[in-house]
Amino acid sequence: MSVRPNFRPAGHKPPFWRDRAKRALIFQIIVVAAVAAFLIYIVNNTQTNLDARGITTGFGFLNNTAGFGIGQTLIEYSSQSSYGRTFVIGLLNTLLVGGLGVLAASIIGFIVGIARLSPNWLIAKLANAYIETFRNIPLLLQIFFWYFAVLRSLPSARESMAFGEAIFLNVRGLYLPEPLFESGFGLIPATFVVAIIASIALVIWNKRRHEATGKRLPVFWISLVLIFGLPLLVLVVTGVPVTWEMPVLRGFNFGGGITIIPEFLALWLALSIYTASFIAEIVRSGIQAIPHGQTEAAQALSLPRKLVLRLVVIPQAMRVIIPPLTSQYLNLIKNSSLATAIGYPDLVSVFAGTTLNQTGQAIEVIAMTMAVYLIISLLVSMFMNWFNARVALVER
Amino acid sequence: MIHNKDTLPQQPAPKGSIGPIAWLRGNLFNGPINSLFTLLGLYVLYLLVVPTIQWAFIDADWVGTSREDCSRVGACWVFVNARFSQFIYGLYPSEEYWRANIVFAMFAGIIAWMVIPRLPFKRWMTLFALLVFPVIAYVLLHGGYFDLPRVSTHRWGGLMLTLLLATVGMVGALPIGIVLALGRRSTMPIVRTFCVIFIEFWRGVPLITILFMASVMLPLFLPSEMNVDRLIRALIGLTLFQSAYMAEVIRGGLQAIPKGQDEAAAALGMTYWKRMGLIVMPQALKMMIPGIVNTFISLFKDTTLVMIIGLFDLLGIVQAALSDSRWLGFSIEGYVFAAFVFWIFCFSMSRYSQYLERKLNTGHKQ
Repeated sequence: MSVRPNFRPAGHKPPFWRDRAKRALIFQIIVVAAVAAFLIYIVNNTQTNLDARGITTGFGFLNNTAGFGIGQTLIEYSSQSSYGRTFVIGLLNTLLVGGLGVLAASIIGFIVGIARLSPNWLIAKLANAYIETFRNIPLLLQIFFWYFAVLRSLPSARESMAFGEAIFLNVRGLYLPEPLFESGFGLIPATFVVAIIASIALVIWNKRRHEATGKRLPVFWISLVLIFGLPLLVLVVTGVPVTWEMPVLRGFNFGGGITIIPEFLALWLALSIYTASFIAEIVRSGIQAIPHGQTEAAQALSLPRKLVLRLVVIPQAMRVIIPPLTSQYLNLIKNSSLATAIGYPDLVSVFAGTTLNQTGQAIEVIAMTMAVYLIISLLVSMFMNWFNARVALVER
Repeated sequence: MIHNKDTLPQQPAPKGSIGPIAWLRGNLFNGPINSLFTLLGLYVLYLLVVPTIQWAFIDADWVGTSREDCSRVGACWVFVNARFSQFIYGLYPSEEYWRANIVFAMFAGIIAWMVIPRLPFKRWMTLFALLVFPVIAYVLLHGGYFDLPRVSTHRWGGLMLTLLLATVGMVGALPIGIVLALGRRSTMPIVRTFCVIFIEFWRGVPLITILFMASVMLPLFLPSEMNVDRLIRALIGLTLFQSAYMAEVIRGGLQAIPKGQDEAAAALGMTYWKRMGLIVMPQALKMMIPGIVNTFISLFKDTTLVMIIGLFDLLGIVQAALSDSRWLGFSIEGYVFAAFVFWIFCFSMSRYSQYLERKLNTGHKQ
């Protein structure tokens, strides 16, 4: 077949609909116009609807007095505080349950995930049963179960379950002794920080020394002793400047100590148990993704088993585990918004719930709530991209 | 020279390496630590299983009509029995149950047809399921045509509503997801930016705020004379939410197809849509199916959230039944029943997706 000569006369351009670049430009202009028209339509409608209902837009309402109480407040709050304050309270409560949930879910998830790979048949099957049970039941149902079926059916304050003379569990919540810090206690966190800094310095020094001389110290154990032993030593030396305030039954309820409300307990338990089942699967598949040849090669270099895990398997498994793990953490934080179903005062329940209903400022309130979650996800995905770039395999 | 032409008879495996005892020794009691774990596991199993069986089966009440029939210490399944039709159909009028039953049967038939590999005419069945079945289902469930009395959507509920939300959300999300995924991979910067913003927005916020938005803000966005049904609002929210996740699954599938496939098709002179429709998508779809099933499972579980905006799906109707003063105190039975139903659906779907993953594995995976 001969090559077809180009019959196009010089200076003659193809019609614009055959030019890919021009076509793309026209298509994009159409898309922009369509999106703009859609937005204008929505904004117009919203304006008319708001005018018809007599709602004024703006964020001025944040300074008005809220006038309602909140069951769990990490910072000072009273019903005289402003709506803006309810936003902060809700946000802090969301972060509290999210943070503690991430912690608990990681611990349970890693244990179950490793147990799933155990050579012990029974342990592996039990871990599998855990994963398959909790992964396949809706989270909201699990929250309801813990809240309504378990915590709401606990005995009343007078018959509460006591663990020793310090911890009490009843229908109103979990009561723990509260540490009261006396003067001089500030020394202990200070030693803690100093110990951490010293350990980091030790690690760096040890690495340099190892590279230079081949000798090294058991850094892990030394820093463990430093970080936990030193503050403990200071605690004893200063004569334990802490007293514990015990919860005491007064009338129909307990007074004193720390109260953990049942809504928090239910949400925290359900979130941790549910997310842990996903984390366990991620951990399992991450460890299984490492080819067996890696372990064998490391053993062939006569590395001890502990070092095989620490230097060869875990660093490679982490590369597989971390990306889906962070998305599970994000899911957990987003799922903590289910708090609104049982009345735990998180951001959605307090701000997008009570505050929205009282002020009627739907657009501002929902926009602020969504912005919080969006910012959290953006921060986490930025971290993810940074991490991925750091640990990515350098391929030729 | 001696040589034996017969094969030697097979020797039995050495004792101690076969049989149940060897298995026990190999898998449960190899070493002191493992033995300890095994005993611990057995103890945990004993603590969990024995009381559960005692409560759920041995000490349970099964037959009766009212709470007086629940005299024993175990579970009171009478409650679930008495409320069973509500759990399935919601507040749908009982003389019209047959309509919902026909839809259930057709739905089950379609699913079975698609899932069983031997049955023919899959393509026609897909077209029927996507184009004809929704119309039939709507006419039957909603009524108002052919002398069927109207049943307004606020009476729909129970498992029926859960299945409806999940299927409509899924089927609606698929085309939007495909468009978004193609847009995100497009070379046109404006289209790509819009798609990225859209996807990241819906993936970044919790479903509950989207449902709040759909129920509170959607009426503000539309002209006041347009009154959107609460169910439709929930469906819009669910579909948009789902489409963003679907787009990411589809993008993952598209990325797994080697670029050479697309380039080869372009070299043959195929247009963009031909390349996508005939070369890239059919290969990518295969790899996406497990991911699609997984997002479907999470959508199925997420439909429970609609109870927060006042729809009575399976969990919502169970929760409502629990606050009935005649049946107070049977929350565990209600939740166990709902959990069991959800578990059956989700577990079988996840098993199906694992099966598909094995079956469709054509070696693209590294």
